[in-house]
This record gives sequence, structure tokens and C-alpha cells, in this order.
Amino acid sequence: MNEQNNIKMLTGNYAAAYAVKLSRVEVISAYPITPQTPIIEKLSEFVERGELNARFIRVESEHSAMASLIGAASVGARTYTATSAQGLLYMGEVVWWAAGARLPIVMGVVTRALAPPWSIWTDHTDILSFRDSGWIILFASNAQEVLDLTIQAFKIAENEKILLPVAVTWDAFVVSHTLEPVSIPEQRIIDEFLEKKRPQPHALNVDEPFSLGNITFPSDYMELRRSIDRAMKYAKEIIVSVDKEFGEKIGRKYGGLIEEYFINDADILIITLGVIGEEAKEAVDRLRKEDLRVGLIRLRSIRPFPSEILSKYCCDKKLCIVIERSVSFGGGGVILNDVLSTFYRYNVETPTIGYIAGLGGREVSVEDIVGMVSEACGRLKDGKLPNEPLWYGVKIGERYE
Amino acid sequence: MSKVLGLPTSELLLKGNASCPGCGAAITLRHVLKAFGPKTILIIPACCTSVIAGPYPKTAFNVPVLHIAFAASAAAGAGMSEALIAKGRDDVNVVVWAGDGGTVDIGIQALSGAAERGHNMVYICYDNEAYMNTGIQRSGSTPPKAWTTTTPGGNPGFKKDMIGIMFAHRIPYIATLNPAFPHDIINKIKKAKSIQGFKYLHALSPCPPGWRFDSSLTIKVARMAVLTGIWILYEIENGVLRLTGPSKNLLDKKKRLPVREYLKLQGRFAHLSEKDIIEIQEMVDESWMKIADMLESNKR
Amino acid sequence: MSNYFIPPISKPSIGSLGKTGSWRSLYPKLQLDKCTSCGLCWLYCPEGVIEIIDDKPRIDYDFCKGCGICADVCPVKAIEMVREGE
Repeated sequence: MNEQNNIKMLTGNYAAAYAVKLSRVEVISAYPITPQTPIIEKLSEFVERGELNARFIRVESEHSAMASLIGAASVGARTYTATSAQGLLYMGEVVWWAAGARLPIVMGVVTRALAPPWSIWTDHTDILSFRDSGWIILFASNAQEVLDLTIQAFKIAENEKILLPVAVTWDAFVVSHTLEPVSIPEQRIIDEFLEKKRPQPHALNVDEPFSLGNITFPSDYMELRRSIDRAMKYAKEIIVSVDKEFGEKIGRKYGGLIEEYFINDADILIITLGVIGEEAKEAVDRLRKEDLRVGLIRLRSIRPFPSEILSKYCCDKKLCIVIERSVSFGGGGVILNDVLSTFYRYNVETPTIGYIAGLGGREVSVEDIVGMVSEACGRLKDGKLPNEPLWYGVKIGERYE
Repeated sequence: MSKVLGLPTSELLLKGNASCPGCGAAITLRHVLKAFGPKTILIIPACCTSVIAGPYPKTAFNVPVLHIAFAASAAAGAGMSEALIAKGRDDVNVVVWAGDGGTVDIGIQALSGAAERGHNMVYICYDNEAYMNTGIQRSGSTPPKAWTTTTPGGNPGFKKDMIGIMFAHRIPYIATLNPAFPHDIINKIKKAKSIQGFKYLHALSPCPPGWRFDSSLTIKVARMAVLTGIWILYEIENGVLRLTGPSKNLLDKKKRLPVREYLKLQGRFAHLSEKDIIEIQEMVDESWMKIADMLESNKR
Repeated sequence: MSNYFIPPISKPSIGSLGKTGSWRSLYPKLQLDKCTSCGLCWLYCPEGVIEIIDDKPRIDYDFCKGCGICADVCPVKAIEMVREGE
């Protein structure tokens, strides 16, 4: 129904903590890493004050943060943790384990650049390095969306045809530490939206013993993996329907797998994700004032990748511009590669230029995005489409590339 | 429920599994599971037992089992224990069953964390004194001078003192186990079940292929370990040490068999010189002096 | 569970690795007239293939791996390890 008027000034991190509280999470594991720490600090406060009835495990490493949730989720508890960059990578093998074990764990990832060199600022390479793992990976772009998407993540993960873990991600500092007005739904409404956690069909129990994860011969392993892939396909529908249902019950919807902004009559589409999507909306407004018909697709779901809807909207455009905060060294842009392979498979011939921007938290401003669009249009006109993604704003000596 | 020698006859570790003939871990686990009973969830990291279970879609365990990554067993146990509290189940035993590699080396961080936080669970390390599952490579628990595939000239290191490490974590119950003494195992498990908090048990697990002895001699080797004093049966309850089983009578060195009686049964010690054996005997005697000291400090 | 959902779940089975009795080259031959019903063979069998029925051991040769521990621990040598086929 309508939004309840409980509006607080919250950072993205605190919004996540409120969402975890509203979702009645049962087991939380926590290991601190900048810039995630306020999430676990706020959650500790909720638990200490008795506002959140959760078991809170102050683990001794991120590897144990995920392993302890695997133990908890395997017996049917609703679980949550949060991390970034080095912590996420330290969890490496057990992140993959959670997906392979089909456990509906939800993890907040405050996306941060990878070391060396040390950096605490935003970059998407950390979570995208897990894109093959079977985790559902969703991107929020502001504090309100962090709260809403975190609640929705439990519903998506626990759907009995999905049963895959979900990562809800947001940009370090720009979203995690920036105060915004956030509307906090009533507990009663979230209890209707998100039912009490029932043990999943394969939860371990002493009444009917079975084992989770035995050694599996080549004759059987592929079927287990195929099941994950099928669940991902089904997840595309569920991400959309959960977003719609959230919109009906709580009053905010975002568009499901993508957020679209002025795409119907656009000649040029910007495709991006995370907080760059917020700046890009303003860039679209500015460029339209100059009679350039630009639109924006903000990718909310990276896995499953929204191939069908992306192809549908891009096929009749003159130019697509991908702006990403990630790179696959020696292989192009992570998001660009997914976009181009989608276009190829779905027969979309729209010229596409990719930009790698904003790594290590470098600002991607409205002016930068306008600059990228102008430059891309220039290249299209000159017939000079690059084979590789372009690195935007990189200094070479005194010049910028 | 039918019983033999006071123990239930129903088997929770099912026959026809992948364990080697004469496996010391299998004997120990059979009795551990009998003592815990069916309301038990096992957590097994990468180790021999994760293969002993047999392949999907079958398993040799008649209790629920979570297989988990090598370093993660104690953490998974911690999470499971907390989840059962959240779900209001206080009648289920959470038991980690991990090898020495996954306890002493790669698993020690998670073990230390879980012990320090004091989760209500039992952690059992079955110690075959090397990475047996991958082919007999040295671990931090390999005894001095033992042959392994990565110490073909004999292990230059010492055996990590896990009991001492766990003692420093101030947990309410620590005990050692040996498959030659199943009733001692049952008593200790029952004691551990009755205590709230983090319990650590360390079982000697003789391994025929890894220690190089005939599969029929597992119990003989295990028994000799206790009778020579190189493996001491005891429990530490709230910091107070008590010797159990035959070890109760072995404080007096004269009552202990010479350690060579244990070493000569195993091919992994076949290359030892007389000097080596004397050194090992000295190490055994020294460990008993430490036990005597602890017993003295009990009285204070 | 729908046929979409195939988790890595295993069900408890006797003989999870098949009939492991095929592994052995020696088998434990029982001489029940010598047996004193002490129960040690049952106690120490790693495989749990020995049952005590009417106070005497019975071995499930489908799964016995022939390790020889029962013969080693028997205090009256009522079990002898004999080459298969003899």
C-alpha cells in the first residue's frame, strides 16, 4: 500500500542494517572491513537493545563469516553478513560453496577496489570476480534501494525454485556513507511480504538424515551444476515479480532486472550500474536539453544477466555506451563483454562503445558522463569504433587519455 | 534397543563405506556416533572421512552431515550451533569431526575463534598424524622423525601441542581418545554432551597405509601407544586434569613399556637409529613430567 | 522437490561404495566352538560387519574388507585369516 511516513536520514550502510532487522534475520556473522563496519555496528546495537532477535557471531575472519553462515543456513536459519574487497576475496572458496550447497544466504557487499595498492574507495571488480559462482548479484544505487533490495533479497533467495545466495551491492562511501532520507517500512508490512523463514527442503535435520556435499563422480556432477544454471534463469522472473509485489505492498518499485530512464524514443543508450546510474540520469536530462535523444539502462541484476530485456531495448538504437567500474585484465571490460556477447547471441547489431571509468573510487561526475557520450558520438560519426574498451580519464604524464 | 558390552548395536556409520581396511578413524567414529546417538549433526571438512562417506547420491552416515571446506569446519559448527539456538532446538548435538591437517594447520584459525567465543559444540580431531587423504604428507601433527612422503628422511619438526593450545582457550572440557579403549571414548563423549560450551577431543587414529603396518594391527598399535605412554589418556575439566584408562597407572616410568615397543610396529619409524629412539623416549618421559606437574598444581 | 532443484544431497546407504567384500584377499574364518562370547570382535571391527546373534559373532562377508583386526583381538584365536578360495 502507501509508504508509511517513517523517514530517517540514513547512510546506505545503516539502511542495510534496518533492512536486516525488518527481515528478522536469525543468524548474523560479522567481521569488520572498511567501508562495511557501520552495518555491523548498527546491527550489534539492534541486537543488544533487543530490537533484533538474532544470534550475532563476531567471527575471526571473513572466511569464517561465510562458513558460519553455511553452517547456520544448512539447518534452515535466515542468515546475513556483509563485506568488501579483500574480505570478499578472502571468503573466496566458501562464497562458491554457499551457491553450490544451494543455501539462501544474503550478503551485503560494499563494493571496494582491490589491493595492492590499498584503496578503500568504490570499484566493482571485487563482487564481479564472483560472477560465475552461482550467486545472484544485484546492484543498488542509493540508500533507499539498499534497504528495499536487501529485504527483497531474502524473498528471492528463499524461493524454493531458486535457493541460491544473493549479494546486494552498493558503492563504497558514495552510497555506504552518504546520508539520504530513507523511508523505513513498518515491521507489520514486511512480515506480510516476507514470511517467517521455513527450513528449505534440503535443510539438515535429525529426523530424516542425509548429507550435503558428498564427493560426486564425473557421471553426476554436471547435473548438479545445471540445476544452478536453471535456477538462475528462473530467478529472472522472480526478481521482477518480487520488485512488483514490493511496489504493490510498500509503494516503491524499481523496474526489476533493470531500471529504465527515457529509453523509448532514445537514439543513444547509456548502460551502467551502481551509483554511476544516478549521475547518468542527470546526464540524460542535460543532454536531452541539447536535443540529444539519450536514455539510460541501469543494470540492477548482473547475475542473472538481463539478456532478453537488454537486447529488446537496444536492438533499434543507434549507439550503446557501456560505462563500468570494473575491468577484466587482458580481456576487456567485464560488463562490456557480457553486453556484447548478449548482443551477438540475440542478433543485436547496435554499435557499442565501452568505457572503463571510476576505478579505485575515482569520481564519475555528470560532466564525465556527458563527456563520454560526446566522445562516443564523435567516434560513431567518424566510423572509428574501438575494438577494446576505452579507459576514461587516465593520466599519462601530463595528458589525459 | 539391543546392546553388546553395554553399547548400542545400531550402527550410525554404515558398512560398505570407502574407509581403508583396518582404519583407526572408522573404529573411533563408530563408537563416537554410538555415544552421541542419532540426534547428531556432523560437520566434516576435507579429510579422509569426507571420502569415507562414499559418493553422491549415497552416503555411509545415518546422521545428517554437512561437508565443508578444509579450513572452515569450526566456523561452520559455530554457525550451526547458533542457528539451532535461534530455532529453539537444544536437543541436537553439533559435532565437528576433522582430521589433523584441518585442525592443527589450515583449520586452526577457525578453531581458535570458535573456542574463544565458546559456542556450544564438540570438536573432535581424529589424528592420523599426516595428510593421509592426499597421500601421507607431513602435517603439523606429524610426530618427530616419522617418515611421510614430504619428509622421506624423517620429520624434522615436533608435534604441535593441540591440547596445550586448547587449554589456553579456557574451554570447559578437553580430552584425549584412543580406539583401543572404546569405553573410555563413550564415557568422555557422554561427559562432553553434558557440558555447555566448547568441548575439544583429540583422538589418536592409527592408519595402516600411512604408518606402514598390517591392517590387522590397528588396535595393537593403538593400545601400545597408551601402554608406552606416548599417547596419554586424560581429560581436563575446567582446568583440572585427570588421567583415565590405563594411563592412570603410568605416572611411574617403570610401569610404562619402552617406547620402542610402539615404534617397532610401524614402518614409518623403521629408519630410526638407536639415538633417535632414545631421543623419542626422552620426549615421552618429559611429557609425563609435565603431566605430573599439572597434577601437582591441581592440588593447589 | 521439483525437477529444477537438484541439490548435492546424499541418502544414507549400506554399501555406499558397493560390496566392499570384494576388496579382500584374506577372509576371517570363524571357529565358533572356540568362541567365548567376549564381544571384542564386534567392538573393534572398523566396518561394523560383525553382529552378535545368540551370543556368537556372525560376519557379513558382502562388506567385510578382510582387515584382520577381529582375528588379532580375539583372545582365544577363534578367528583365523584365511586366503580367499581356501
